[in-house]
Amino acid sequence: MSLDAAMVRRIASLSRIRIEDAEVPRLQAELSAILGWIEQLNEVDVHGVEPLAGASAVALRARADVITDGGIAEQVLANAPDRVGEFFTVPKVVE
Amino acid sequence: MSYTIEGSTGTWEIVVGLEVHAQVISNSKLFSGAATAFGAAPNSQVSFVDAAFPGMLPVINQECVAQAVRTGLGLNARINLWSRFDRKNYFYADLPAGYQISQFAHPIIGTGEIEIELADGSTRTIGVTRLHLEQDAGKSLHDQDPSRSFIDLNRAGVALMEIVSEPDIRTPEEAGAYLRKLRTILRYLGTCDGNMEEGSMRADVNVSVRHAGEEFRTRCEVKNVNSIRFVMQAIEAEAKRQVELWESGGEVRQETRLYDPGRGETRSMRSKEDAHDYRYFPDPDLPPLIIEQAWVEELRAGLPELPDAKRARLMRQYGLPAYDAGVLVAEQAIADFYETVAAGRDGRLAGNWVTGDLFAALNRTGKDIATSPVSAQALGGLLDLMADGTINGRIAKEVFEAMVETGGAAADIVEAKGLRQVTDTGAIDEAVAQVLAAHADKLAEYRAGKDKLFGFFVGQVMKAMAGKGNPALVNETLKKHLG
Amino acid sequence: MLDFSIAAAADALRARKFSARELTQAHLDAIATLNPTLNAYITVTPERAIAAADAADAALAAGTAGPLAGIPLAIKDLFCTAGVRTTAASRILGTFVPPYESTVTANLLRNGAVFLGKANLDEFAMGSSNMTSAHGPVTNPWRRAGDDAALVPGGSSGGSAAAVAGHLAMGATATDTGGSIRQPASFCGIAGIKPTYGRCSRWGIVAFASSLDQAGPVARSVEDCAILLGSMAGFDPKDSTSVDVAVPDFRAACARGVKGMRIGIPREYRPDSLPAEIAALWDQGISWLRDAGAQIVDVSLPHTRYGLATYYIVAPAEASSNLARYDGVRFGARVDGQDLIDLYERTRAAGFGDEVKRRIMIGTYVLSAGYYDAYYLRAQKVRALILRDFTEAFAKVDALLTPTAPSAAFAQGDKPTDPVRMYLNDVFTVPASMAGIPGMSVPAGLDASGLPLGLQVLGKHFDEASVFAVCAELERAAGFVAKPALRA
Ligand SMILES: [Mg+2]
Ligand SMILES: [Zn+2]
Repeated sequence: MSLDAAMVRRIASLSRIRIEDAEVPRLQAELSAILGWIEQLNEVDVHGVEPLAGASAVALRARADVITDGGIAEQVLANAPDRVGEFFTVPKVVE
Repeated sequence: MSYTIEGSTGTWEIVVGLEVHAQVISNSKLFSGAATAFGAAPNSQVSFVDAAFPGMLPVINQECVAQAVRTGLGLNARINLWSRFDRKNYFYADLPAGYQISQFAHPIIGTGEIEIELADGSTRTIGVTRLHLEQDAGKSLHDQDPSRSFIDLNRAGVALMEIVSEPDIRTPEEAGAYLRKLRTILRYLGTCDGNMEEGSMRADVNVSVRHAGEEFRTRCEVKNVNSIRFVMQAIEAEAKRQVELWESGGEVRQETRLYDPGRGETRSMRSKEDAHDYRYFPDPDLPPLIIEQAWVEELRAGLPELPDAKRARLMRQYGLPAYDAGVLVAEQAIADFYETVAAGRDGRLAGNWVTGDLFAALNRTGKDIATSPVSAQALGGLLDLMADGTINGRIAKEVFEAMVETGGAAADIVEAKGLRQVTDTGAIDEAVAQVLAAHADKLAEYRAGKDKLFGFFVGQVMKAMAGKGNPALVNETLKKHLG
Repeated sequence: MLDFSIAAAADALRARKFSARELTQAHLDAIATLNPTLNAYITVTPERAIAAADAADAALAAGTAGPLAGIPLAIKDLFCTAGVRTTAASRILGTFVPPYESTVTANLLRNGAVFLGKANLDEFAMGSSNMTSAHGPVTNPWRRAGDDAALVPGGSSGGSAAAVAGHLAMGATATDTGGSIRQPASFCGIAGIKPTYGRCSRWGIVAFASSLDQAGPVARSVEDCAILLGSMAGFDPKDSTSVDVAVPDFRAACARGVKGMRIGIPREYRPDSLPAEIAALWDQGISWLRDAGAQIVDVSLPHTRYGLATYYIVAPAEASSNLARYDGVRFGARVDGQDLIDLYERTRAAGFGDEVKRRIMIGTYVLSAGYYDAYYLRAQKVRALILRDFTEAFAKVDALLTPTAPSAAFAQGDKPTDPVRMYLNDVFTVPASMAGIPGMSVPAGLDASGLPLGLQVLGKHFDEASVFAVCAELERAAGFVAKPALRA
């Protein structure tokens, strides 16, 4: 699998990672090499095999519907790079 | 009732499917122990799980699962004993983890249906495709600061049920009826309060148009419409836009739009157009959700009587007409009120009083059934006075108005105002005699064959008796005198 | 004092041969001397350590001491520690100070352990050399005979392994997603176990790949690992993948021996490219176990060779999603942008290193529309086949013996520039991660240049006890006493 430059840019954009023009050829080569290597999986006959999502064999365990958390706004906000009062902030979003 | 748009290329019908996000009634969030109450101080109902801090993990709330199952049962839907949570990946300011935990491939509830009643008395069944559990996002405030948006995560992680309909809806009226019926069912079940103003029920509307007999054409999704009226308006506006677009040689593009109620039109929502690749995959933090059929049956046994069943029973048990029964079951509290009034009394009469005089009074006084100035017991007392002949129907109206004003009991008002019905035949004989004497001309006309005048004489006698005459005795006495 | 095992130190502390404070101070001094060279710690917390040691001394005096009272440990900087900066060796976490303690470290604290500081690692635990840390590479305390070149400690728990090998801690917490406990243990000549997925809580550990991540200990002996794991493990209702099973006495299992056990030798772990000395060490391990009374059984794990490629789909896919929360809004470093998307993109471009970016991008790609079935779904199916291989093998045997890594530690300067070549370090450790079974590396010998080599023992789900029994037997037989060049 060889990724073209547009695909590299699309993946970076979906990943929300800024890439500079100069990085594109290197990323294209590296990612293509990894994907090419991964393609050895095409040799495996997976016909009729149920996909395995996780290594845990347990079923989901539920908790009781009680309020056990919250009321810690100050701790939740303490690490914020920018805040105003009790809010996190981001550059203005126009919808 | 058919609804079509006449265009230059012929007649268009509309095709609508609804995705409703209903906030689950629960104390704590879907995957964290933070509270769900509306209107709390910003970020005060946020756990580190909700804010997606490093190393935090979700643990599911049993009650949210139960609420989804109850809702599924209420929609006569398939309950999937095996379901799974997936991550829907996208970046947004109010989505702390960068993904929403949802159920994409394997929802907890499969196909079901909702029967809707239309104004012409007809009913239609609208298919429900699925219902799944997912997390709500936080809230962005855009108008607090010139350059920044503020983020409040109180709602982040609150459980939502996304209820998706089949594209079975063909008119704005049906869309409105579907939403009202769904809201009624959710409220009966106690799984969602259905409060659209507070955002605990939101609708995304999928609209397309086509000529009769055609395959479906491209649809647009009008997002987050927050009232039933606006949903109906948005459908009309969007359908009209699409017809115009097709007919002018253009093409409808699949996109997300917003309805602007001020302008009565939809507009493209560019911010959501950017990346439509959600990269769903099974959430590795959450093993599959497996529930037992026995537990489902337990939940089923605990369900209240639902609107359709209640309506059928009210018709059967109290002899109510379908329309009145439908009106009465629209809200559980109204149905309960009605049944208290109707118990052991004339059910039809009780229905007339509740849907007629009582509703008019509530409307006039700006109250609702819970704050009604006349209690169900009090209204029942009024009906009792009519049944045992203490007052007649006309006087009852007067007594009722006094009850609305004072909140007093019917019997007290009747006593205080001296409104007891007169059944003394002597008094009635006397009043009849007076009326006939005073209207000798009419009497002559009546005797000459103008039968219609009988009503006139009844009215005059009642008037002479200040409305308190027993109507049956008055009739009988008049007939005797005239005969 | 610094040469003591945890088991011996616990006895000595109880016998008041030395105090917890003395033991802790000795380690802090060792860190002050050697950490500038090894870079095994990102953060050292001397005041907290001394305070914890004093508390341990008080508890020892009062007779209320927990099993780990006064034992100085290094904590991989992937575990959130309340009030102590946690970095995941990434710039993007900035000065993040968690207000909460991970379940595993809380368990250790409850048992009286003393935390010396936060150990270095590959950024977000992504790597096999500890060269990807934003806080600089970790240097392996071992040197090749007659060669001063700095070697890698392996990864991603390279700081933990180097600290323990260099006597800068008696033991350390580590995590293993595809081999990150076992491979650095092998490179640094110490023991390390990745328990069964679900044995240790993941709550409070910075996530890399959630379906694979498992915490475990590294220490200088098998028994020390048993002691530490016994304290770290246990059911945690806050982690939905934590399994509610009893934690057996791992320490007792170390003394059990292997008589009558059936040990499987998977033939697919012996590719033509396997270096002769590693093959020879493996054969040696087989004889040791046979001599100790075990029955050696040839088994086949036919999908082993696809483990790595499967891993490099599954782990990046989960990582691409797990790392989406590092967006510069609620915690961590932020780089301002002209709008929200610009802020995200600049923050993440500056905050993540190259290897992390590569994996996020690979993960994003394999999950994206049109590629999901070909990559991610196929990988999940191969994963099912890998698990099936193990299930079939474990129907015949009690444990498996393999090499831990295809090489000894390599020089920092020889780090492969080709990511795929780097990934091959985990070829023997990844299959067990995919299956969720326990795996342990135990130092078993030296290569021609005097560097340690490990053997790996794999067990059935939740049968760490058998793994400890086999590893303890190998440890006794190997009599591994070599020490690294750099140690306190
Ligand atoms: Mg939707
Ligand atoms: Zn939704």
